[in-house]
Amino acid sequence: MNMQTLVGIPASSGIAIGQAYCFLNTEIQVHRYIITDPLSETNRLLLALARAREQLVQIREQAKAQVGEDEAAIFEAQILFLEDSILLDTTTNDIASSYINTEAAWSDTIDALAKKFDVMTDELFRARAADIRDVGKRVLRELLGQNNNSLDLIKPSIIVACDLAPSDTVRLDKKLVLAFCTAEGGPTSHTAILAKAMGLPAVVGLGSALLDIKTGDPLTVDGERGQVIVHPDESTCKALSKRKKEIDQQIKVDMRMSESPAQTVDGHRVEVVANVGSLDDAVSTLDNGGEGIGLLRTEFLYLDSQNAPTEENQLEIYQAMLDAMGNRPVVVRTLDAGGDKNLPFLELSHEANPFLGWRAIRICLDKPDLFKTQLRALLRASPGHNLRIMFPMIATLDELRRAKTFISEARNEVLATGQAVAEEIQIGIMVEIPSVVVLAEHFAREVDFFSIGTNDLTQYTFAAERTNDKVAHLGDACHPAILRQIGRVIQVGHDAGIWVGVCGELAGDPDAIPILLGLGLDEFSIAPPSIPKVKAIIRRLSMTDSRTLAIDALNLESADDVRQLVHTGVPRVSNHDSTHKITS
Amino acid sequence: MIAENIKILNKQGLHARPAATFVQTAKKFQSKITVYNVTKRNGPVDAKNILGILSLGVMLGDDITLNFEGIDAEQALKAMCDLIKSNFGESD
Repeated sequence: MNMQTLVGIPASSGIAIGQAYCFLNTEIQVHRYIITDPLSETNRLLLALARAREQLVQIREQAKAQVGEDEAAIFEAQILFLEDSILLDTTTNDIASSYINTEAAWSDTIDALAKKFDVMTDELFRARAADIRDVGKRVLRELLGQNNNSLDLIKPSIIVACDLAPSDTVRLDKKLVLAFCTAEGGPTSHTAILAKAMGLPAVVGLGSALLDIKTGDPLTVDGERGQVIVHPDESTCKALSKRKKEIDQQIKVDMRMSESPAQTVDGHRVEVVANVGSLDDAVSTLDNGGEGIGLLRTEFLYLDSQNAPTEENQLEIYQAMLDAMGNRPVVVRTLDAGGDKNLPFLELSHEANPFLGWRAIRICLDKPDLFKTQLRALLRASPGHNLRIMFPMIATLDELRRAKTFISEARNEVLATGQAVAEEIQIGIMVEIPSVVVLAEHFAREVDFFSIGTNDLTQYTFAAERTNDKVAHLGDACHPAILRQIGRVIQVGHDAGIWVGVCGELAGDPDAIPILLGLGLDEFSIAPPSIPKVKAIIRRLSMTDSRTLAIDALNLESADDVRQLVHTGVPRVSNHDSTHKITS
Repeated sequence: MIAENIKILNKQGLHARPAATFVQTAKKFQSKITVYNVTKRNGPVDAKNILGILSLGVMLGDDITLNFEGIDAEQALKAMCDLIKSNFGESD
């Protein structure tokens, strides 16, 4: 086999060498034709059913061991579907009476049945339609001899996929993943964020050539250079494993220093905290020397369930998180659904532009019960801890004020039941919509902090959807258009006496760190495994030099110019006169 | 043949895990067992058939009728009713 190099967008650093596992979430083409031997068609069906059942039993056992009985029950139900005589009888009758092939008969049976569930009044039952289609696909893939479409890893593998959604990875056995590579997606896609949280290498936006890779193909993934090599030769593997060793060594060195504060050589100290999305991440935050949580994404509580989690459910998890973090600050972002994060129970309808649609705080303000359940659970968990509450996707002052009213109401409701609420809870907003940057002075008077979400701020500034790889070149947050907004928000925040953080991917970008530092950023919130590295970078910098660098960067024209400035220390000579220089 | 009317009082109804437990319990017996959703007038369906059970749409508060026919009908009736009365082991 010839060695082949694919180049994509580096999404999470590190190097992996291993075998591919292809996850192809594509639609299956079913061809329909007349058969002459119904008996052999029926036997094919029985064989496919048996093999699908075998897979599910294996997955169920894995789920039991790794996630728990409740998750395993989903697969238990799917096994029972396969054993169900309705599916078998309907399909075999269809084969025998119409002389059509098994694939066509089976998909007809599944479609008809799933449609019956689609129209049921209760959403719990409606949701079973998805289970039926899931099982149907598994059997179809067996019939067609295709790879299955689930992420059921059996050995350590490099995941190869078109793109990954949260629902694809929720049951992923994370211990068996070596790296991720995807054909689509940008540096802030779900895959990139997940990989960073797991401390694994990832390359995204590799293009459709990636999809020619077969499960079992040997691969190398270089998350720094954004390279994937298929069928690498021996010298390539050697060179990469040498670099992998060096990187691992550096990680160890940074790790030993991870508890030391992030203080520049000239004595300026900043806070380095973590973006987390699970209890495991919270533990990892402490292991990596995180000084707190700068962004707790609460969507994971809602992701894998058909119902909104109850107040008690949420309380239990928030309590565990806050207990784990002791008196360190924990910034909890209220539910940020919509956009690319669909939640089954919300029944979000199809929107032409989901990132510009009904999402995050917009949903919460329209659904007081949903919102206040979360707020009450948070407030009840607050006594004795340093809880901070943050609203996502705020665009107007009116939204902020309404959200704050919900907090007051929730507080009164909790107090009325005789339960305690912490005296001081900071309330802040994500700055991710340009309207907030423009009116930052007004917002600064009504919040305790700003946390800049650079991923969304970039997508909304450049009007370029961050999950669309065709416009991924517009997704680099290291652009002066974004840096100037960040600089403005920090300035306005400090004038009003409030702190300002960045919780987007930019805060962990080695090129951006000196600039953010120079702009006066107070808090860097990043994936837990990146904390030791980011702290080490900051400890090597000087605040005086970083200020100068930041001012130079704001006067450049493009993200490439900014990166070149950081790498060489010399601004690229521009053909145009910069007549509107920023000097302070 | 023996029959029993019973009200479903667990929160999830005959859905997901409870439905799976229901079918697994029914499968332990040789008797033919059928279920009819009295409240929604759905069925009857084979109790050993999960898709049939789910299609009844049995929710909290629904009344169902169970029919048992066979040599172990008595034991089956007791096991199925005990399961339903225990709310399928749900904690709330």
